[in-house]
Amino acid sequence: MDEHYDTAVIGAGPAGGNAALQAARRGLRVVLLDEQPAPGGQVWRAKSASIIAAPTTPESSAGDALRSALGASEVTLRASTRVWDIRRQAGAWTLQILRDNTSLEITARTLILATGAREYVQPVPGWTTPGVIGLAGATALFKHSLSLPGNRTVVSGTGPLVFYVASEIRRLGGTVAAIVTPNSRADWARAVPAMLGQPKLLARGAVWLADLMLARVPILWGHAVSDVLGTDHVTGVKTRNLRNSLTGTEFAADSLCLGHGLVPNIEAAQMLGVPIRHVASLGGWVPEAEPDGATNVEGLYLSGDGCGIRGAVAAGLQGTLTGARVARDLGKSAPTPSLRQWQRAARFGQAMTALSHPRPEVQALTTQDTIICRCESLRRGDITAEITTGAASANAVKSGLRAGMGPCGGKYCQTAIAGLIAAQMGKAIADVPPPTPRSPLRPLPLGQAVGDFDYDDLPIPKPAPL
Amino acid sequence: MTADTAYDIAIIGGGIMGCATALRVAAGGMSVIVLDQGDLGQGASGVNAGTLSLQIKRVKLMPYALKGHHLWAEMGDAVGFAKTGGYTLAFNAREAEMLHERQTLKTQAGAPIEFVSNNRLRAAEPNLTHKVEAASFCPEDGYANAALTGQYYRGRLRDAGIQYREGCKVTAIDRTNGFALTTPQGTIRAKRILLAAGAWLKPLAALLDVDLPVNARVNTVSVTERMPPLISSVIGHATGLLTMKQKVNGTVLIGGGWQGLGTPQDGRGTVNAQTVRPNLALAQYAVPALGAARVTRSWTGFEANVPDFYPLAGALPGVPDAFVLGCVRGGYTIGPYIGQLMGDAILGREPEMPLFDPGRDFEKDMI
Repeated sequence: MDEHYDTAVIGAGPAGGNAALQAARRGLRVVLLDEQPAPGGQVWRAKSASIIAAPTTPESSAGDALRSALGASEVTLRASTRVWDIRRQAGAWTLQILRDNTSLEITARTLILATGAREYVQPVPGWTTPGVIGLAGATALFKHSLSLPGNRTVVSGTGPLVFYVASEIRRLGGTVAAIVTPNSRADWARAVPAMLGQPKLLARGAVWLADLMLARVPILWGHAVSDVLGTDHVTGVKTRNLRNSLTGTEFAADSLCLGHGLVPNIEAAQMLGVPIRHVASLGGWVPEAEPDGATNVEGLYLSGDGCGIRGAVAAGLQGTLTGARVARDLGKSAPTPSLRQWQRAARFGQAMTALSHPRPEVQALTTQDTIICRCESLRRGDITAEITTGAASANAVKSGLRAGMGPCGGKYCQTAIAGLIAAQMGKAIADVPPPTPRSPLRPLPLGQAVGDFDYDDLPIPKPAPL
Repeated sequence: MTADTAYDIAIIGGGIMGCATALRVAAGGMSVIVLDQGDLGQGASGVNAGTLSLQIKRVKLMPYALKGHHLWAEMGDAVGFAKTGGYTLAFNAREAEMLHERQTLKTQAGAPIEFVSNNRLRAAEPNLTHKVEAASFCPEDGYANAALTGQYYRGRLRDAGIQYREGCKVTAIDRTNGFALTTPQGTIRAKRILLAAGAWLKPLAALLDVDLPVNARVNTVSVTERMPPLISSVIGHATGLLTMKQKVNGTVLIGGGWQGLGTPQDGRGTVNAQTVRPNLALAQYAVPALGAARVTRSWTGFEANVPDFYPLAGALPGVPDAFVLGCVRGGYTIGPYIGQLMGDAILGREPEMPLFDPGRDFEKDMI
């Protein structure tokens, strides 16, 4: 199968979905690719068929609107599809994709990466105990299947997600043992001016908080989970006051939702040659792109949280900007939309990112025995010893220890490892770039990549000189 | 040492060859500094497939490779050394003929290679395909873990009291009084220099107005996630286009010199899906159960060569007190040994085996 398009969009969340819609509306042939079975991304995730009658939420409504708009559009949707390789050749992009257990190739004149973000969980002692899940991971459970993480849950972490997750657990009939957040009330007060620009979102937050307070759920401000208790499963958590380092209340629980903000998925952009820089207020390392997504690489555009965490609302607006930009660059007439609405939404999103990003006080709660790279079971002591004996970069730690060489490819541990290198070498985190990203973009089933072949047809080059 | 003091020698390039030479000349009493534009051992030394196989070495380099094998065995666990023995496979009559011709010459050059029956092959490696036409075996073959190169040599250099600087790219070389090297970490002075920058030798030598005819191959390596035990020895192919080994942790490393894209001057090479695919196909053909494995990473490394595919090892033509070492086919295996030879030559001693004159005529086979 050979398919050719004007533009290929990777990621069907708010940014990618809207970019695809806008580009198709301007007359481009568009293909939209996503790993999930339906568009919506992480925030506007579709419900599974088993809970289709469940009440709507603002996210499910926004997602349904996007899904129905895409259904009514000329966009070619390729769901349940993984992109494993991207190459620019002969003035076009060639994408290797996996679909129905088969590797296929599609080509496109332009490429929009809307790869979104992943959750960061700062390791603390016991964080790999069964019963601990990410805050964002918990929202995926709620949205997809109304599942709860357990019967009695501690919700801990930074930013607004703790309150959203806690109120969803209550709405779905679960019990929240406590909310433990490193943020202080003062942190939140500082975010209010930026939040005023998005009154609907602000109001929703107020409702979550009011519900939790009415239900007398303990909220520990300026605290972190310092220890997850239990061996085979979570039985409770210890807490610590981050301001005075005193031990806080211990809570019994059978589950813990833990998260420390989002990290942009930049690997594809990085591999295609887009320069990256560290911007804490955008979630860490971000590729350099214009507000409308244009980059220094010909025919390559970036949109949404993959180029900086600004939130779903901003991502949707940026998608429209990017779709219009691509259409104009390909000679179609498209308006130059105003940046103002996007900027206002981005201000809100960045205020939330500022509340969420990883804090050194939480990093300091790890012990020598705390697992940092869970794919390879590497503990903090292993990593600090490697740094002590001369490994001064993320690549050096990776080479020497296999830190980040497991199936996740370092996506989950590299932030924590960079933090350890920075702390130990006295460097700024912006001076510890992430390790070199490697192809394939996702683990690639070898047999599917190879497909059926005849041995005699393999293109065997001339052997090396004797 | 103060900023104005000159080292006896500055070695530009902290891969296996640069570090091995550094250790040798330091042992001979010279003051040494090793400079690398990136991290130590992160070029070809750190990203190759780690195969230590006499069966794929060039006939005329066999004596060097045999010495190299002994040095890797001595380095042992610190570099992930494993002597597993290795099988080289031919899947059709043409390949069988090639295998016979090549391995016979290599045996005459000193490699203990024997041809083995299908029964013996199957007993040793039951997960191999049954479509093997011919196979050879070398008990000396094995592998080491190339990713450990950097950390290994950091330790060796530190233990020997040798200074090294990472992220220290030499951008200009002044020859008015010894050598003055311009780097982002200041000017470094030395009485001698050794260029050991692998695929970056050409632009480096150009700083001294020397044109080295160095080209770079862009070799691709892939690795799978951890798998149950599939193979216990190093598996190769008669054409040399497959090398495969399963590490103790279960991951399977697949190489064979399939070409990626890019040049050293552009920075990093990139993997080409069009060449990774036949490389993986060959691996799956040899071990069908690999079809179920997931590839977690593919990457490239630049392998430097000159037109006759023999090493550059000796004095840099036209520049007194400057030396060059690189372009060794099978350089991972041979590197630690040829570094010692280079060090001896720099110390003014007669090396145990001949070096390879960088000023030779590359169009004639004079080696």
